[in-house]
Amino acid sequence: MSGLFLIILIPFLYAVIVPFIFKRIPQLHTGWFVLPIPVVLFVYLVKHITLVAEASPFIHTVPWIPSLGINFTTYVDGLALIFGLIISGIGTLVTLYSIYYLSKEREALDNFYVYLLLFMGAMLGVVFSDNILVLYLFWELTSISSFLLIAYWYQRKGSRYGAQKALLITIFGGFAMLAGFLLLANITDTFSIREMILEAGGITAHPLFLTSMVLILLGAFTKSAQFPFHIWLPDAMEAPTPISAYLHSATMVKAGIYLIARFTPIFGGSMEWFWIVSGVGLITLFWGSFSAVKQKDLKAMLAFSTISQLGLIICLLGLGSAAMYYGPGENAVLYIPAILAAIFHLVNHSTFKGCLFMVVGVIDHETGTRDLRRLGGLMGLMPVTFTLAVIGSFSMAGLPPFNGFLSKELFFKGVLNASRLDIFRMETWGMLFPAIAWIASIFTFIYCMIFVFKTFTGKYYPQRLENIKPKKPWGMLFPPAVLASLVILFFFFPNPLAQYLLLPAVASVLPDFAEVGLGLEPIKAWHGWTPELFMTMGVVGIGVFLYINFPKWSGIYGRLPGKFRLNYIYDSLLRITEKSFDRITRGYMTGFLRDYLFYIFAFFVLVLAGVMFVLKSFAFNPALNNSISIYEVVLALAMVGAALMILFSRTKLVAIISLGIMGYLVAMFFVVFRAPDLALTQLVVETVTTVLFLLCFYFLPELTPEIRKIGFNAANMVVALGVGLLVTAMAISAQNNRFFAPISWFFENSHELAGAKNIVNAILVDFRGFDTMLEILVFCIAGIGVYTLIKLCLTEGERNENK
Amino acid sequence: METLMAVIIGILFSIGAYLILSKSLLRIILGSSVIAHGTHLLIITMGGLKTGGPPILGGRADSYTDPLPQALILTAIVINFALTAFLLVLAYRSYAKLGTDNMDQLRGINDE
Repeated sequence: MSGLFLIILIPFLYAVIVPFIFKRIPQLHTGWFVLPIPVVLFVYLVKHITLVAEASPFIHTVPWIPSLGINFTTYVDGLALIFGLIISGIGTLVTLYSIYYLSKEREALDNFYVYLLLFMGAMLGVVFSDNILVLYLFWELTSISSFLLIAYWYQRKGSRYGAQKALLITIFGGFAMLAGFLLLANITDTFSIREMILEAGGITAHPLFLTSMVLILLGAFTKSAQFPFHIWLPDAMEAPTPISAYLHSATMVKAGIYLIARFTPIFGGSMEWFWIVSGVGLITLFWGSFSAVKQKDLKAMLAFSTISQLGLIICLLGLGSAAMYYGPGENAVLYIPAILAAIFHLVNHSTFKGCLFMVVGVIDHETGTRDLRRLGGLMGLMPVTFTLAVIGSFSMAGLPPFNGFLSKELFFKGVLNASRLDIFRMETWGMLFPAIAWIASIFTFIYCMIFVFKTFTGKYYPQRLENIKPKKPWGMLFPPAVLASLVILFFFFPNPLAQYLLLPAVASVLPDFAEVGLGLEPIKAWHGWTPELFMTMGVVGIGVFLYINFPKWSGIYGRLPGKFRLNYIYDSLLRITEKSFDRITRGYMTGFLRDYLFYIFAFFVLVLAGVMFVLKSFAFNPALNNSISIYEVVLALAMVGAALMILFSRTKLVAIISLGIMGYLVAMFFVVFRAPDLALTQLVVETVTTVLFLLCFYFLPELTPEIRKIGFNAANMVVALGVGLLVTAMAISAQNNRFFAPISWFFENSHELAGAKNIVNAILVDFRGFDTMLEILVFCIAGIGVYTLIKLCLTEGERNENK
Repeated sequence: METLMAVIIGILFSIGAYLILSKSLLRIILGSSVIAHGTHLLIITMGGLKTGGPPILGGRADSYTDPLPQALILTAIVINFALTAFLLVLAYRSYAKLGTDNMDQLRGINDE
């Protein structure tokens, strides 16, 4: 599998040519050209299922920045393979679905498929990367492609709002995760997850262990829309439905789950990990299902249901980590099934939720609305869609004969086992887990029933629907039909799935246990009159009762005051941040050039003086000085005098002449310092400059009364003095700090090398010839600038005169 | 000698910086010229002063001053000249167009 990294790169490479296909071949839907990519990836990964399940994982390394220990390492074990199959498998179906969902005449398909491939590549990168920095890179790429896809219909305000919200929240988590990764890399001294797992035993005692764990979990929770960061997911539903099915239910939001599963071998077994992961998961499970019931939009309902199901999986991963506390042995066997249930439910959720999203897309496409208040009685109109909706929702509700029943039972078993834990203070709080899980499942059952029966049964109001297209969208029904058949297939044959996919994945979450055997029983639909079965029966009974009486108790949803809603908090936070930063920016970006120059000078002084102070590089050694003659003293005094005259002059003529004097004095200094060429050049240039000044003198205004005197400004004075002092200090230190031998001896060969006796000239036109050429270029540009300004000015003047 | 030069250079930089921070466009140009002079002197001072004869071969001197700073300064002088000329014309043109050389009034629009 040496070309392993190619499976990550192929989508990226193909994305480059998609726009050209879209432009060149407009008659055929671009989706058909994109479809082969996920198909090829899926087939490629399927071929390796048995190899991964039976042999060791695959690994392949391409050095990227070896000096920093960053390698592009692709690593495929059971966990990564399951995700890879979901990404490419659902990707195939979603691409197929999108061909019928998005019109090739009206939509910008090139954008859509470029973003989709970008996401596919990034997501594969997340699950197949072993290096945490590479993982982070792909992680952020998924956030960015999700942002682009949510804002696909960017003309809509809601899309832009949802996209921004998703980006802000997930990138915030991403940054936290990066910080956590760097801490972890610091603790373990490696960037490779596999090497971290090998060192995992020794790091729990490290003082930064908890910080890094919380930061990494922040990344996972924001990405997987866990409470209280779940608020971005319902707004992300503004994306086209294929995207909601793909990114926001099947794959991207599961990246957080992947991360938690991947890091369980490192962090698992500690009390903090157990409580944070399972607690947040449990709260999200409840809150998501509770909020889903009140939704009026079908997609929003599915979004909250996704939130709640993700919480369920994360809760299971947290509970399963208790096994790590005991280590391989008798006690752990009770908790490993939780991990199995998590992975199993992850697969099941991708099938039934993908199916349901596509069903909503069909309803939306055919009737023009997703609003529950308008829908009703569609059963007769779309019988196939109805069947698919029943399969998907009943599986989600946890009913047989669908795969959701199996994983729901495993989930109940997991929480019941966890309630008997006698570690991590579970003795006192343990019963909360089954209780909350059970209540949440009742709500799950209720919204599943609402989803099916409010849409498809009841009275049919054609006048409430925007448009009714009774044609059969077979292309849009095929992908959900595939998923629905998987839902049933997994119910009847869970164990081949478990053997080839689930158990290898469990083994990579719990590597220590895999060596001694996981001790898992085969998954069975019927396992006697167990407590979990009674729980399910209770869910169904109470669920049906509450569903029928829904109007009587739906009043509780209005109780939460608006100020405590998370969306309100998010919006105010955003508004306050924008306002205060706007004020800060306006505070120092005054629009006065002088202020900006002031900042530049002050920064220059502070930084350089600071460096000088920290490095203690100031050195003063008067012994190195050469002698001073009387001429030089006179020149120096004249120089200072001329400079002061410029400063205090009240007319521009005096100032210009003083500047000219100064220039000539500099030329004199050059003479004293044995630099004849410089002296000559300086004389010529100074003459021309003075002439130029005097020429402009005629046009430039006299120093106006209010600024005739330069005035005194204490702050400017301090900064200007600081600049002077700093330069003096630098000049003195430069004399006493010689790091390298001068290279100037080389130029003494100028006669032999360049045929010139004047060394300075030889340097300019020969040794540094290119430099001089570019200098001439600068001169030309300045000349063009001067010429253009004068010309422009004349035409402007003419235009004014003509008026 | 070097210490004396360092002090003079410091004075030139101070005056130049103060001029640049003033309101008049003309003073800003003058200030940049003053700083340019200071820079030229700074470069030649950092290369060491009066360590030998002028860097022309075939003379009587058996040692030369460092020619490299001189070459650098020569470039700097010319570039500075181009810059000053450009600034002057820019000042002239903005005055002709806008009728002021007060930087406070050349602030641009209030709210962008």
